[in-house]
Amino acid sequence: MQIVETINIAKDSLFVNKIRSALTMIGIIIGVGAVILLVSIGEGARREIYKELGELGSNILIVVPGKTSKEGGMHMGTSVVRKITYEEARFVEKRAKNIIHAVPVIVGTSWIKYKGKSRDTYIVGVTEPYFDIRNLKIEVGRGINASDVDSRQKVCVLGRTVKKEVIGDANPLGAVVSIGDAKYRVIGIMAPKGMALGFDIDDVVFIPTTSAMELFDTDRLFNITVKVRNAELIDEAKKEIKGVLIRRHANKEDFTILSQDEMIAVMGKILNIMTAVLAGIAAISLVVGGIGIMNIMLVSVKERTKEIGIRKAVGAKNRDILLQFLVESVILSVIGGLGGIVFGITLSVGLHYFFDFLPTHITWWSVVIAFLFSGMIGVFFGVYPARKAALYDPIVALRYE
Amino acid sequence: MVILDDIRKSYILPGRVVEVLKGISLEIKKGEFLSIMGPSGSGKSTLLNLIGCLDRPTSGKYLLDGIDINTLSDNDLAEIRNKKIGFVFQNFNLIPRLSAVKNIVLPLLYSGIPSEERNKRAFELLQKVSLSHRANHLPSELSGGEQQRVSIARALINNPSLILADEPTGNLDSKTGHEIMDIFKSIHKEGASIIMVTHEKSISEHAERIITIKDGVCFSGCY
Ligand SMILES: Nc1ncnc2c1ncn2[C@@H]1O[C@H](COP(=O)(O)OP(=O)(O)O)[C@@H](O)[C@H]1O
Ligand SMILES: [Mg+2]
Repeated sequence: MQIVETINIAKDSLFVNKIRSALTMIGIIIGVGAVILLVSIGEGARREIYKELGELGSNILIVVPGKTSKEGGMHMGTSVVRKITYEEARFVEKRAKNIIHAVPVIVGTSWIKYKGKSRDTYIVGVTEPYFDIRNLKIEVGRGINASDVDSRQKVCVLGRTVKKEVIGDANPLGAVVSIGDAKYRVIGIMAPKGMALGFDIDDVVFIPTTSAMELFDTDRLFNITVKVRNAELIDEAKKEIKGVLIRRHANKEDFTILSQDEMIAVMGKILNIMTAVLAGIAAISLVVGGIGIMNIMLVSVKERTKEIGIRKAVGAKNRDILLQFLVESVILSVIGGLGGIVFGITLSVGLHYFFDFLPTHITWWSVVIAFLFSGMIGVFFGVYPARKAALYDPIVALRYE
Repeated sequence: MVILDDIRKSYILPGRVVEVLKGISLEIKKGEFLSIMGPSGSGKSTLLNLIGCLDRPTSGKYLLDGIDINTLSDNDLAEIRNKKIGFVFQNFNLIPRLSAVKNIVLPLLYSGIPSEERNKRAFELLQKVSLSHRANHLPSELSGGEQQRVSIARALINNPSLILADEPTGNLDSKTGHEIMDIFKSIHKEGASIIMVTHEKSISEHAERIITIKDGVCFSGCY
């Protein structure tokens, strides 16, 4: 029998059970939609992170404590590895010829209070060049300067969100806020930066690194953010920094110096794993959808036992019956797959539309793979019921009521 | 065209073997109209299904148009059912979700006949069984007699040489039954061989030869 006829027969029988067919497809629609959506979230995050890292500039190096193999993940924050200290950052800046600045950065969280209002926020200890290196703009007042750092001034620059939530409409400059146990004078307000990857990057307070050391009672740095003279000198600068630090660390390389490219590579690896995990989870729902198809096809084969007998009596071969039911399950899964593409793209676009801090990016390969996978599921979960139908004895099937 | 030689059929049930046909030998000539009679459970349907290549005998030889059925594969048997044989059943056996026309063209789907040709033949046959006005009705919208006429049209559509009917009037009142028999007689006149199972004497008398089966053996009319 020609495949066109087979498709027509399948179409007819699916159409007779419209609601059942539609419900069966929902499993596949959700599965394919989920694959496309979750991959688009992973891909959106990748692009956002690449963009952020790209803005860092190619002449920036970040020195973090701990030895990170480039294949593995990156160490964040403090841990049992040997710390990098404020003094070491200063020493690097003094000794390395190829670098312009080495900013010792400390990150922590603390409450900030002002006239009965308070907020738990990120406190970042920095030195003067940090704002320039990270391309952060001061909108009102001034940033942290060298003398603030040298004399451990209790001054702070507020991110936009903190200013709004804690100070409100009052004039912020000169206001005295409490951070931890100490009083800090507000000297500047950051220009708004918005959201990135679901984080509010305006929810931050900058203070001098030296003051942060007192606040958190530590000289352990989060990182040293280094600006190299120019991008060509990156490798030279890395060698220099390594040389300086390794001597102070008893000849052990228990720190990692990352360039922009390396950070992108490391993040890329992490994001690949994340995307694969997300897609894998979504694929499970596709498999569940496939089991739904198999279930319905088994019911359908049973219900149509007599029809199978009739078709065999008038000359259908086992192969014709097998194909008829297989085509039916493939049609279910392929139409479900197409619906899932529409569903996934709609969700992905809608998600970004309603939550603009959640970037999504639809990749054509995820659409193609999800669709092909749904077709394969139609075949895989359709074969068993179809084979069962094909092997019915015509006489037994004809007698079935 | 049909030669049966010592055909036996038994079913293996848990714990016992049921011997349904106990050695039937019979020859049916081309163009013959034969009816098979016998009490219920005597093995008439079993015999008809064997002749129709829906089933295989446990032992014995069956030649159809000179071909030994025992040597054929399931696919070959399907092809024979499609090309050489037309079935008419007591309970019509139409596919309920398909219209009359779609039921009638069913055998042609499995012999690769293009759709215009299929529909042309179907409408000719609908005319022949006087059902042109019911072409697009579902079986559930047709009377018993009309359904049986649709199934006769289906049996005829691939121009088979052998028509097998298993109690074709069993579900019909006697007036409708005899109308159906008129159709069978005109088919017979056009040259088809017909084998019909029935237990109604008046129906069997439409045939040229009557054989009687009792308890799996031929009681009369077998030669
Ligand atoms: N698949 C089967 N398994 C077991 N016994 C069967 C089977 N098919 C038919 N029989 C038995 O064979 C006998 C003859 O059946 P059948 O040919 O249908 O009789 P008839 O058509 O003459 O009324 C019956 O006793 C029936 O129970
Ligand atoms: Mg019977």
